[in-house]
Amino acid sequence: MLGQAMLRFIARRLLETIPVIFVIITATFFMIRFVPGGPFTAEKAVPPEIQRNIDAYYHLNDPLWKQYRDYMWKICPKAFHPQELRHGPDLKAAFGMDFGPSFKYANRTVNEIITDTLPASISLGAIALIVALALGLPLGVLAAIKRNSWIDYLCSSVSMIGICVPTFVLGPMLVLVFGIYLGWFNASGWYELSDRVLPAATLGCVYAAYVARLTRGGMLEVLGQDYIRTARAKGASETRVIFKHALRGGLLPVVAFLGPAIAGIMTGSFVIETIFQIPGLGRQFVTSAFSRDYNLILGTVILYATLIIALNLVVDVVQVWLNPKLKFE
Amino acid sequence: MVSLSPKNLPAADLSADQLEQGHSLWQDAWHRLRKNKVAVIGACLLIVLGLSCALAPFFAQSYYENNLELTYAPPSADHWFGTDQLGRDLLARVLYGGRISIMVGLVASFVALVIGVSYGAIAGFFGGKTDMVMMRIVDILYALPFTIFVILLMVFLKDPMQAFDTWLGQHGMKQAQGVGKIILLFATIGAVEWLTMARIVRAQIMSVKRMEFIEAARSLGYGRSRIIFRHMVPNILGPVIVYTTLTIPSVMLLEAFLSFLGLGVDDPMSSWGKLIKDGSEKMEEYWWLLVFPGTLFSLTLFSLNFLGDGLRDALDVRSSKD
Repeated sequence: MLGQAMLRFIARRLLETIPVIFVIITATFFMIRFVPGGPFTAEKAVPPEIQRNIDAYYHLNDPLWKQYRDYMWKICPKAFHPQELRHGPDLKAAFGMDFGPSFKYANRTVNEIITDTLPASISLGAIALIVALALGLPLGVLAAIKRNSWIDYLCSSVSMIGICVPTFVLGPMLVLVFGIYLGWFNASGWYELSDRVLPAATLGCVYAAYVARLTRGGMLEVLGQDYIRTARAKGASETRVIFKHALRGGLLPVVAFLGPAIAGIMTGSFVIETIFQIPGLGRQFVTSAFSRDYNLILGTVILYATLIIALNLVVDVVQVWLNPKLKFE
Repeated sequence: MVSLSPKNLPAADLSADQLEQGHSLWQDAWHRLRKNKVAVIGACLLIVLGLSCALAPFFAQSYYENNLELTYAPPSADHWFGTDQLGRDLLARVLYGGRISIMVGLVASFVALVIGVSYGAIAGFFGGKTDMVMMRIVDILYALPFTIFVILLMVFLKDPMQAFDTWLGQHGMKQAQGVGKIILLFATIGAVEWLTMARIVRAQIMSVKRMEFIEAARSLGYGRSRIIFRHMVPNILGPVIVYTTLTIPSVMLLEAFLSFLGLGVDDPMSSWGKLIKDGSEKMEEYWWLLVFPGTLFSLTLFSLNFLGDGLRDALDVRSSKD
């Protein structure tokens, strides 16, 4: 029964997703064209004839509705070969989704740019996520169990450091200490395996801090509830109470946070990728907005929005699974 | 439609209302807050930092005067934080930068507060279709990656603001130049940060809406805007205050991030984000350029967050039960 209710829930949510994504694409499409200046206006002036040729080549002279229609048609999924994804996140081969040529990188398509840069961001993000969970969960649980003791204050202060020291302070400081003075790691670059340590630590620490705070809050909420008292009264050991009974409910806020957080972490962090010179998607993301690379902006926005929506759906499903009080409506 | 004109918001009545209803509540909260050591330390630190930034013109050295004989001087008795590439005193630059960063934090949070509370209150009060449409708009704005949104907004508003700056310069207000850029920062950050506030306020209004005193107000024939802004909004002040204190640090982080992108204030002005960005580029030889601004910035965020947490514990009705 639960399985069926879950499937119906997922199906309904997926249906609801379509108009949302449609609106996001449309809003972004017109928003970026509404902003003064275009992809080719910032560079030094070219003769008008050449400008016309460029505009014609990229269809920038077409009426806006036509550009919009063509774009929407091109990005529509028209094929289904998920096995193609083995070789990398190539959406064109797998689903026939074509995000068009980049306006700033000659002879490169947006699909290629995403395929090339996404793996670096994902691998960095995955390590950072592991760091965040490995540090944040124990810190948060410990702080909640030992509430208002010095251990709690220590754990809470450490996690507050992670929240208050932004990545662009923490990153350079780690480079300063471990890269330059101690010389353990390269200050920047993305070649050896050890190059992943400092950026992943920087990114992971920030997320670990949020995870720790949310875990502490969630655990405190749960530990005050009747079913925990029942479990204790029935003689369950403290370890069992914490890990078997409390953790399940205490993780709910963390799960809700992780949905959007994973989307953000996987699509890359501009700051981290700039500081450590990592060829990831996060940098493309920001530079495309500066250079008005319409197709690249749209491609990255669609990727990000889809990820967020998909992960929020996963979060909702996991939350019902963790919390027996919730039901799939 | 609800009219938001000032005549519907009798300020004097509102505070009198609050005093009568909430006297003991606010006093209790104040008492609890004072017992929270970390929050008190945070508040004291904020006052010290805020005052030294505010009073910087009276004691600090010039933040823009170059001294090319003293470039990159390490910290010393004359220049406590050292000097930068133009021989400018870093302490003065940090204090003046703090003025901008703190001001952006406060004003942009206020902008977010006003938009968020009005939007959330209206959506929550009317419910039904209005609510659905308004909240879907919020959902869509949430799903847009805010970096792109912010960059586009800043690019879009750059020219009008520059025109405003030149206009100020032409009308004998040379001092005020650069103000346009700051207003731009306020507007952009405020426009991004109100979303969560709107959600919180809406949820609170929805729960207050069904309470008896609202029913009573309605049966007395009060208008909608009077009910929303005089009876509902005062009753959700607790969460709003707490969330606002926690918005300030996130706004300051956003300002620093924008400076990191090169979208912050222009030279010779400084802000903490800009100083940190410049410092991180030169830290290999001149560590003080990164360490001092970074530490002060983090300390401020620390204090704000601890104060916000303390306020939440002090004002939260749920925690007062145990």
